[in-house]
Amino acid sequence: MAWTVFFILSFLCIGSVAAMILSRNQAHNALFLVLSFSSLGGLFGLLDAPFAAAVQVLVYAGAIMVLFLFAIMMFNLRGELPVRVKKARLALTAGLGMFLLAELFLAGRKLVLGGAGVAPAAGGDTARLGHFLFSDYLYAFEITSLLILAALVGALALAGRKEGA
Amino acid sequence: MIPPSAFFAVAVVLFVLGVLAFFVKKDLLTQFMSVEVMLNAGNLAFLALAKSLGKAEGQVIVLFVITVAAAEAVIGLAIIVLVFRQRKTIQTDELKDLKG
Amino acid sequence: MAELFWLIPLIPGGSSLLLVLFGTKLSRRWVAWQASSAVFLSLLLSAAAFVHLIRLPPGAPGLSKTLLAWISSGHFVSPITFAFDQLTAVMALVITGVGLLIHVYSTAYMSEDRSYARYFAHLNLFTFFMLVLVMASNLVLMFVGWEGVGLCSYLLIGFWFDRPAAAKAGMKAFVVNRVGDAAFIIGILFLLVQVGGSGFAAINQAAATGLLPSGLATLAAILLFVGATGKSAQIPLYIWLPDAMEGPTPVSALIHAATMVTAGVYMVCRLSGLYAASVPASTVVAWIGAATAIFAATMALVQNDIKKVLAYSTISQIGYMFIGCGVGAYAAGMFHLVTHAFFKSLLFLAAGSVIHALSGEQDMRRMGGLKKHLPVTFPVFLVGALAISGVPFLSGFFSKDAILTSAFAGGHYVLYGLGLLGAVMTAFYMFRLVYLTFYGEERMTPQAGHHIHESPRAMTIPLVFLAAFSILAGYVGLPVLFGGKADLFGRFMEGSVKTVTHHLAVSTEGLLVVLATAASLLGIALAFLFYRRTPALPGRLASLFPGIYRLLVGKYYIDEVYDAVAVRPLIRGAEMVYERFDLKVIDGALNGSAAAAGLAGKGLNFLQSGLVRDYALAFLIGAIIFLGFLLL
Repeated sequence: MAWTVFFILSFLCIGSVAAMILSRNQAHNALFLVLSFSSLGGLFGLLDAPFAAAVQVLVYAGAIMVLFLFAIMMFNLRGELPVRVKKARLALTAGLGMFLLAELFLAGRKLVLGGAGVAPAAGGDTARLGHFLFSDYLYAFEITSLLILAALVGALALAGRKEGA
Repeated sequence: MIPPSAFFAVAVVLFVLGVLAFFVKKDLLTQFMSVEVMLNAGNLAFLALAKSLGKAEGQVIVLFVITVAAAEAVIGLAIIVLVFRQRKTIQTDELKDLKG
Repeated sequence: MAELFWLIPLIPGGSSLLLVLFGTKLSRRWVAWQASSAVFLSLLLSAAAFVHLIRLPPGAPGLSKTLLAWISSGHFVSPITFAFDQLTAVMALVITGVGLLIHVYSTAYMSEDRSYARYFAHLNLFTFFMLVLVMASNLVLMFVGWEGVGLCSYLLIGFWFDRPAAAKAGMKAFVVNRVGDAAFIIGILFLLVQVGGSGFAAINQAAATGLLPSGLATLAAILLFVGATGKSAQIPLYIWLPDAMEGPTPVSALIHAATMVTAGVYMVCRLSGLYAASVPASTVVAWIGAATAIFAATMALVQNDIKKVLAYSTISQIGYMFIGCGVGAYAAGMFHLVTHAFFKSLLFLAAGSVIHALSGEQDMRRMGGLKKHLPVTFPVFLVGALAISGVPFLSGFFSKDAILTSAFAGGHYVLYGLGLLGAVMTAFYMFRLVYLTFYGEERMTPQAGHHIHESPRAMTIPLVFLAAFSILAGYVGLPVLFGGKADLFGRFMEGSVKTVTHHLAVSTEGLLVVLATAASLLGIALAFLFYRRTPALPGRLASLFPGIYRLLVGKYYIDEVYDAVAVRPLIRGAEMVYERFDLKVIDGALNGSAAAAGLAGKGLNFLQSGLVRDYALAFLIGAIIFLGFLLL
């Protein structure tokens, strides 16, 4: 049963990214990615990380991609320009991609040895997460909130100005 | 249970696809999106590792990554908006000043 | 005073350096005085050393001083050591004595030339190198002097370098000399390897004791002699000397008559031990000398330029000197060298006087009747002509007789015959010159003849000195005929060269003397017949034997042969190398590296295309490589 879900979710995830590559319409691209990220959230859940799954769907699929969609709508680009990728370059990129794939597989083979994995400790996953966040990683946590603030202010400063007057 | 290596494989494929998407696409916005894809693939890999080693730190990192990615997306988009305002285009081929 | 003998080369050398650096800023008077005084000082020192040598008991070593260790590499040791023995004394006195007279002569002869200082700088430099050559105690140092005089010869022949003929003549002299020097160097190397050093004493010793096997001795001796044929203008490398007449006449007198060209003779005498040990080499020396003597004399018979006659005469006379050395009579060869230095430089300088009087005319067909116009030049010229012709009681008679007698006594009858024949020809062409120049009707062009005047005292006084020496110098080397003790020269020279002594009956010697006298008188008589009594005779003979005449006038076409066989192929070869190698490979490499740099730049251009995509590609490749490293 879990395998079925896994395959469906993986297929959705990878398939939508592939579709994103092939599609030329920007809005379509964004929507495909929304699908991809959502299924990714499902995959997170399969990995015994419910909190991460929830955050993924809420933040990534729900907020970041929506931002992208806003941006697309703002640019209001008409149609798409012809793809002028040279064959040679395409071949080169594909080749390099294969290479990278192989390398990464090789790298991961040692680390993730196909074991079933260890079941999470008792006490609930989220509780444990919170415990980590507010003790060992407190510093990082606080910095992150500052980071978000900085990003907010920065975005306003950058793009808040109107053209002309 | 599903072995974490399967998830790791998915993560790797996702990452490579993200790289390919970055090189194939010609507009800044879509390229930026493919960067997000790569980040997500990284997240998946982290979680797979967390599961396989039994440590919860992996999930903490994932949380942080998502947060930072959000901040980065905000700033990145703001910059793209600025570029669009100046150059009236976001096709990367046209966004070059060097005459090389 | 004699201990300061090592200064003898250095004084003219220093003067030359000063003239090179400051000559153009000095007045002409100063230059003349400085250059001449330098040589004069060397003369004084040479005389002092000479006197010292005379007073030495027989068998005592000569003076020697090492200035610098110079080359010291394992077994090969070649210090800068000057030595002064009897042989060196003779050469040094000739060089500085005749050199001084010629320096004085030049102060007047070159007085109107614009490069006065350069002339004397070169002349002093030549004196320096020539003295180094004769005072060296080993072959390597001698070779330094050898090359140095070759350089000065080139500089002085081409003194008027804006004349193409002079420039070419200078080149020819240098290149031909170089060919000889190549053989010379190989000879030195053989001796170095076998004897372990290049000191003359060592070499002569090795040859005598058998340390130097006779085959190797022969090889080295012949190789060195080939170098001598270049320097002393013998067959086959004599071709540069006639052309060298393009230089100023005092230069011809000093370098191409008295000193540089005799360096080969000096070398053979210095290595007398080596040559005495090798009969084949000595034979080669004698025969080349004899062949050259005859060969050059035949060409002198038909030359029309007064200096060219003297040039061929020089070649011929040096051949005599080599005959002397070749038969083992090294002292006789040296004796002739000394007397020849006197009368040949006298003849050249006097010819210079004639040319000066005729405002530059050198063709004898346009001279004549100068006897009454040149009251000093004519008598001294006559003295020189008589001396070289071997007329009795003048110096040339004694020295030539010494050589011919030694040849006869050694059993080399053919050489003796050739020498005698040469004597006839010598007398003939010399008096041909005298009659054409000084006697008969005046055939000069108006512009040559409008201002015939005797030369200034600075020119005529050296001539008188040289004439005096040409008469008196013979008396130091009287033949045994006049008493066994009479041969002062020969006995003096025994200190440094091995001479084969000959024992002839007095009557035989007397007969040889008579024959020699007859030969010279015959030559003079024939010249009188041809050029005074029946002036039409030469023309008739020429038309009777046109082929021979043309051959002689054309100098046997040797120059043309050399040109076709050696010079042209060499130039062709050099051009080919230039085109194939110099232009394509070396220039190509240079241009190629520039082009490569350009290409590299262009190739790396894509790294800075301005496109984000390309930069990202670079990232990717870098990441892949990095991952690869981590994996491995």
